Amino acid sequence: MGATHLLTIDDLSAADIDELMRLTDSFVEVSERRIPKVPALRGRTVAFLFYEDSTRTRLSFETAAKRLSADTMNFSVGSSSVSKGESLRDTVQTIQAMGVDGIVLRHKSAGAPKLITQWTDGSVINAGDGWHAHPTQALLDTYTLRQQRGSLTGMRIAIVGDIKHSRVARSNAAAFTKMGAKVTFVAPKTLLPSSLEPWDVTVAHSIDDVIDEVDVLYMLRMQMERQERSPVPSLREYTRQFGLTAQRFQRLNDDVLVMHPGPMNRGVEIAADVPDSVNGLVTDQVRNGVAVRMAVLFKLFSTTSDPSFSKPTIAAPAGA
Amino acid sequence: MPASLTSISSVTSIVIKGGLVIDRSGEHMADVVIESGHIVAVGKDLSGDLVLDASGCVVAPGLVDVHSHLREPGMEEAETIESGSRGAVLGGYTAVVAMPNTMPAIDCASVARDVLALGRESLCDVYTSAAITMGRAGEILTPMAELAALGINLFTDDGAGVQDPAIMRLAMEYAAGLDVTLAQHCEIESLSHAGHMNEGAVSAKLGVAGIPAEAEELMVSRDIALAKLTGAKVHFQHMSTAGSVELIRAARATGMSVSAEATTHHFTLTDSCLESYDPIFKVNPPLRTAADIVAVKAGLADGTIDAIATDHAPHTPETKERPLDQAPPGMLGLETALALALTELDLPIADVLRLMSWRPAEIVGIDDVHSGKIEVGAIANVCVFDPQEEWTISGSAMASKSRNTPYEGRTVRGKVRHTIVAGEAVVIDAEAQR
Repeated sequence: MGATHLLTIDDLSAADIDELMRLTDSFVEVSERRIPKVPALRGRTVAFLFYEDSTRTRLSFETAAKRLSADTMNFSVGSSSVSKGESLRDTVQTIQAMGVDGIVLRHKSAGAPKLITQWTDGSVINAGDGWHAHPTQALLDTYTLRQQRGSLTGMRIAIVGDIKHSRVARSNAAAFTKMGAKVTFVAPKTLLPSSLEPWDVTVAHSIDDVIDEVDVLYMLRMQMERQERSPVPSLREYTRQFGLTAQRFQRLNDDVLVMHPGPMNRGVEIAADVPDSVNGLVTDQVRNGVAVRMAVLFKLFSTTSDPSFSKPTIAAPAGA
Repeated sequence: MPASLTSISSVTSIVIKGGLVIDRSGEHMADVVIESGHIVAVGKDLSGDLVLDASGCVVAPGLVDVHSHLREPGMEEAETIESGSRGAVLGGYTAVVAMPNTMPAIDCASVARDVLALGRESLCDVYTSAAITMGRAGEILTPMAELAALGINLFTDDGAGVQDPAIMRLAMEYAAGLDVTLAQHCEIESLSHAGHMNEGAVSAKLGVAGIPAEAEELMVSRDIALAKLTGAKVHFQHMSTAGSVELIRAARATGMSVSAEATTHHFTLTDSCLESYDPIFKVNPPLRTAADIVAVKAGLADGTIDAIATDHAPHTPETKERPLDQAPPGMLGLETALALALTELDLPIADVLRLMSWRPAEIVGIDDVHSGKIEVGAIANVCVFDPQEEWTISGSAMASKSRNTPYEGRTVRGKVRHTIVAGEAVVIDAEAQR
C-alpha cells in the first residue's frame, strides 16, 4: 500500500473525520490513565521537521508520538544543516535514508508538505504550511466542539480576525463546514482572502454584527508585529471593531463557547479574563490536541486498524 | 542517403522540395532554392546540391521571438546563448531577441558587444535588447544612443517594470528622439509585492500571496497615457489579462501605434495548474484564469496583440525544486511555442506565422533581414514544419540546458523539420547540425 498523507482537510471526508474523532475518544481515555502510554507504534519512527518556530504544535506532536511508543527524530532549522543552506529535498532525502515511517513538517512556505511527498516513501503530516493549512488544528478544534455539544451540525461559528494570513482559519472553515456547521468570517476586508469562493461561508465586517447570533466565537491571533502597509490602522482600532472585549463578553449568551488557537494576545483580540472563564475552551483545545494527534499518527502509521492499545497492555501499578 | 549525412560544407545550394510555401504574401506549392545565403529560385521542379524534403510540410519564413532569456552573461548553468539558439532553431526560430536581465545587466555597450559577439557564433540570429535603466534599477537611463548605435532597437528592464512614472516619461522622451522602441514589463510592484501567482480563488484557497490583474493593467494604462504624451514607440510585453487586452484594443482604436505580445503559456495554462504547488508553473506575469485565456486568444485573432512571444526563461532544476514562494519564476518556450500555437489556437497557419514571424520582426525593426517573404532575393531565413505531426513534449529531450517546461508529457501537433538561417541548414530532419 502506498503512503498516505495528511496535508489538508480536503484529504478527509466527513466519515474520515468521524472515524478520527472516535479514535480520539480512545486516546483521550489513554491520556487519562496513570501511565498514559500504549505500545501501538512501537518500532515506528516519526521525524519532526520544523522550519518555523512552534512550541505547542511541536510539543503536542512529540507527546502524542511518545504516548504511542513511537521513536522520534527531531530536525530543527537552527541546529541542523538546514542553516547551512541545505535544500528541502536533500534534507528530506537524508531523513528518509535514516529510515523513517513518516515526517511531520512545519514550513513557512504554503505547499511545502505536498512538495516533499515526492521525495519520501513515508507519510507526510502537515503541521502547518504558510497561510495554507493546519489540518490537525482543525481536527482538534472539531473534536473540542464535538466534545462540548455532541455534533457540529447546525452550529453557528464565527472565525474572527486575520483570516487572510491564517492557515487555522482556512483549515477550520473547511472542517467545520464539512461537519455541518455554519461559518462566518469576521474581519475587515484587508484581512480576508482575495476570494471567498473556496469556502461555504458568510462574511461580517464587525464582531458586533454576529455576537448575538453565534454559538462559537473562534478568535484568531492578531499579529502584533509592525508591518509595512499595515492592514489595520492600529491595534486599538482593531480591538474596537473585532476584539472580544469585556463589554462584549458581558453581552454574550451564557452558552457561547470561546476558542483560540494560541498563542493569545490578551487585551488585543481577547480580553484578559475571557479565556479562563467557563465559556473558554483554550485548555481543552490544547489537551485534545495531543489525543487528536495520537489518532492521526495511529491512523497513518499503525499496521493494523485494530486499536489493540485500548486493552491494558501495560499493567497498572499496584494500588492504582 | 539521409540529408543529414551529407557534408554541409560542400553544399553550394539547397533545395526545399515539395512543400506548401506560406509567407506574408500568400501561399502556393513550390520548391525553394537557396544559394549564398539568399533565396535564388521559387518554383516547380527545382533542384540543388542538398535536397530537403518538405512533402506534407509548410515552408515558411523563420520565426522571430521578441522575448528570450538566454541567461548569458551570468547564469550560464541555466542557458547560454549557444544552447538557447540551438533550442530556438529546433523550434523553428531564425531570430531571437535576448532580454537584458543578465548578470551584469545589458546596460552598457561593452556587455552588449559581448552578447552580440556570442550571438554571431550561435545557430540563429541573436539580437539583443538593452536595459532602459542602469542595472534595471529604475533610476538612471542607460546610454541608449550608444547602444542604439550598436544596432539595438529594443529597450526594456524586463523582469521588472520601470516603476517611477517620471523616469518612464524621461525614457520615452529620450527614446522617441532615437527612434527606438521601449518594451515594458507591466507590473506595479507595490501591488504585486511578494505575490507568487495570480490573485483569485485559487491563490486564496492555496494560501499563496497573489498578484492581482490590476498590477499589470495599471501600468499598461499608465504607459499608454505616457506614450500619448511623448510620442514614443511602446511595446507591451507578455500581456496576461483580459483587462490589458482591452486597454491595448482601446488605445489602438484611437489610432495609437502601440504594439503588444502574449506568451504561449498565457493562452494555454491557467492558475489552477498551481494547485499542485509545482513551481514549474510559476511565472511572471502569473498564469491567469480561463476568462483571460479567452481574451488573449481573441486579441491574437483580431490583431490587438501583434506577436506571440516565448518569454523563454530557463532555470536550473534545483531552483525549480524549492517551495513555490522561493522558486524563481519562468518557463521554457522556444522549442514548444510553434506546436502549441498550432495546436491551441483556432487560427489559419498564415495568421500563426504573422504572429510568430513577420509581425514580431517589424516590432524589433529587423524586417529587412527577416522579411517574412519566401521570394527571390530574400535572405534565406526559412522554417519548414509538418503542421500535422504529433509529438510528446519532454524537457529532457530539449536542447536547452534547463528542463523547466510546464508541458511535460503533453502531446501537441506541429513539428519543425528543417530550419535555415541565412542560407545555412542548421536543423535538418529535426536534428540540430551543430
